[in-house]
Amino acid sequence: MTALLFLIPAMLILGFIGLMAFFWAAKSGQYDDLDGAANRILYDDEDDAIDTDSEQKND
Amino acid sequence: MSQTHAIDRAFDGIDPKPFIHQSPDGVQSLHLMVDGIRCAGCMRSIEKTLAAYEQLKEGRVNMTSKRMVMRWQDGSFDPSVVMRDIVNKGFDLAPFDPETMSNSDKEEETRLLYAMAVAGFAMANVMMLSFAVWAGAFATMGEGTRGLFHWLSAIVALPTVVYSGRPFFGSAIKALSNKQLNMDVPISLAIVLASGMSLFETIEGGDHVYFDASVSLLFFLLVGRYLDHRARAKARSVGENLVALQAMTADVVMDDGSIEALPIHQVALGTVVRVKKGDKIPVDGVVLAGLSDIDTSMVTGESVPMSAKAGDQLYTGMINLSATLEIKVTAVGDSTLLADIVRMMENAEQARGQFVRLADKIAGWYAPVVHLLGLLTFLGWWLGMGADWQQALLLAIAVLIITCPCALGLAVPVVQVVASGRLMRQGVLLKSGDALEKLKNVNTICFDKTGTLTLGKPALVNRHLLSDDLLSLCAGMAYSSSHPLSRAIVEAFPTAKPLDQVKEISGCGLEWQDGDDHYRLGNRQWLDVPALQQGHEAGPELWFEKNGSVLHCLKFVDQLRPDALETVQWIKEQGYRVVLLSGDHYGSVKAQANALGVDDFWASLKPTEKVAKIDELKEKAKLANGCVLMVGDGLNDAPALAAADVSISPASAADISQTASDIIFQGKSLAVVPEILTVSKKTDRLVKQNFALAFCYNIIAIPMAVAGLATPLVAAIAMSSSSLLVILNSLRLHLAKVKAS
Repeated sequence: MTALLFLIPAMLILGFIGLMAFFWAAKSGQYDDLDGAANRILYDDEDDAIDTDSEQKND
Repeated sequence: MSQTHAIDRAFDGIDPKPFIHQSPDGVQSLHLMVDGIRCAGCMRSIEKTLAAYEQLKEGRVNMTSKRMVMRWQDGSFDPSVVMRDIVNKGFDLAPFDPETMSNSDKEEETRLLYAMAVAGFAMANVMMLSFAVWAGAFATMGEGTRGLFHWLSAIVALPTVVYSGRPFFGSAIKALSNKQLNMDVPISLAIVLASGMSLFETIEGGDHVYFDASVSLLFFLLVGRYLDHRARAKARSVGENLVALQAMTADVVMDDGSIEALPIHQVALGTVVRVKKGDKIPVDGVVLAGLSDIDTSMVTGESVPMSAKAGDQLYTGMINLSATLEIKVTAVGDSTLLADIVRMMENAEQARGQFVRLADKIAGWYAPVVHLLGLLTFLGWWLGMGADWQQALLLAIAVLIITCPCALGLAVPVVQVVASGRLMRQGVLLKSGDALEKLKNVNTICFDKTGTLTLGKPALVNRHLLSDDLLSLCAGMAYSSSHPLSRAIVEAFPTAKPLDQVKEISGCGLEWQDGDDHYRLGNRQWLDVPALQQGHEAGPELWFEKNGSVLHCLKFVDQLRPDALETVQWIKEQGYRVVLLSGDHYGSVKAQANALGVDDFWASLKPTEKVAKIDELKEKAKLANGCVLMVGDGLNDAPALAAADVSISPASAADISQTASDIIFQGKSLAVVPEILTVSKKTDRLVKQNFALAFCYNIIAIPMAVAGLATPLVAAIAMSSSSLLVILNSLRLHLAKVKAS
């Protein structure tokens, strides 16, 4: 039964991390353009798009 | 508006300056709506264009919302250059102010999404613990371990209920304070009672806790609500894009003679506004200088352009066809024609009466019945069976939990989501949530003529009477003109070569000198053709003259939408009453009505008269327990659209009409109207089936709960299986074949 003392907090913490990760993703605009993201993989090269890495903000 | 774009794709769009945002760190940004993005190629082509400008720090297209944003360092860049490039690639652009867009919608959606995520997290964890407890009930699980698991569930579930339950609690409280009952009342009650009782049981070390039921209930319902909200928000955002693409600024002539583009609401009384040819007139005013033809179809429904000279009154929404005009603003704000129309619309809307949705109707009697059952269970066990009051109360609460309308709460939204998804793929946007529900009762359908049944675009009708030589000459002359009749000639004879040095005389016609020969193509007055007698109306027409003698007459007619006839026939076959309400002259309305086989038509109606007609039809429709659908597009239709029980507009309609309508459709085809009607009937059938399924579940579950057999395991299984059944049934709408068109 001592396993429970370790497994239960682990379960809750992992779940909580997942939830926080989702919140972060939603807040930082990862879900703002689902159609675009699906189509962007069809771009052949990276040069086509303006580099936006850190500037991408949630409008 | 779309016609003008089709004619001339050169960039004559809106000046983006008023829409540029300046952030404190010196970065300017501009948001634009983009029309015409359909695939990765479109997106790539735009982003490639943007990438060519090194001054841009960011240029990104959002394919989902069909919008784009550009950011650049202060002053280093003129966005209209890029805009011209993009427009030349075939996309329409309109700048907008992101601040003014529906932020509350977006916030509500985010709130629902977070609530759903939290509920999902809680459900997964509580279920894991519950499974252990259920399994432990068959094997051996110590009291202590079970108690621990119950406490853990409580720690996860209770904050979740408080956080994720807010959308339901809020709406339930609002309904109760209005002395009404909606579905959220029993939902909230069940969730609160389940959590409260489970907490009590946990403290007491009891057997049955329902934390899993309350959080999974929350999760399922939030999924339904989120999807419903997103489908509607998406329809609204597309609607906003359409409206913004029509929005504009006014070119104000300043005191020093320079021209400055101002947003419409900043234009003051008495200022002079210049309107280029092909542009929509942005203000109400009188013509100061210039002579031009005006397309008034959006405002009055008339299909023949009128000519405008100094002193003539013009209104917002008319289109200037042939020459630049200067207009002195005579009305702003509340005194404009548009404001009048808006007032009429509001009056009509108030008279429309409240529509009670089916789900709320059912909730209206379902909730009292369920609560009564709970009370009877309590009394029965306590007084009848002699159980102690705590035991009896626990059983009563179990009844409330198990009858909680999870499936009922999903019955409508899931079908709605599937239906609106299906319609959206065909370019139909459902703006109001109850539109489909109202549509199923429709038995009378009113159409506007110009722009709705017709394309609002003339076409040459007596082509067979004219020789190719003549037409090629006319088309050559007409090539450079943007007058709709000229466009119609070019369209009828597209192979013609453009002629040089054709003179366009506004309000009259075209003139061309070829050596000694002098050709004129223009209206009756200009060529001195005798006017028709009183009572006879000429449709749109042009006369052709060579060296002073009139040779031919070219006749035009406002073209019907390609499938208008089929659509009207289908609608009539289905037993709907079809009525045509038009602001156009009797002659042209009669001709089109005859062509469509509609005997019930009314011409020369003013906006108020249209509303009166709609009210009259509503009375009649009510006798057969039906209601009235209005399909229209013009400014003059807006009050009628608001007065009808439910209304549809094409995306080419005036902004105000789109605002008034419940449904907007894109594209040229009218076949979407039958499709909308079919989907609304199917939706209704599925919703009713869903309710039936939910009731079946209740018929089985309630006796079990009353008898005290509803353990948490039974509750969890019964509730999720009934919800899944309802969702699966709703998805059948996807499978249903699209009406063969």
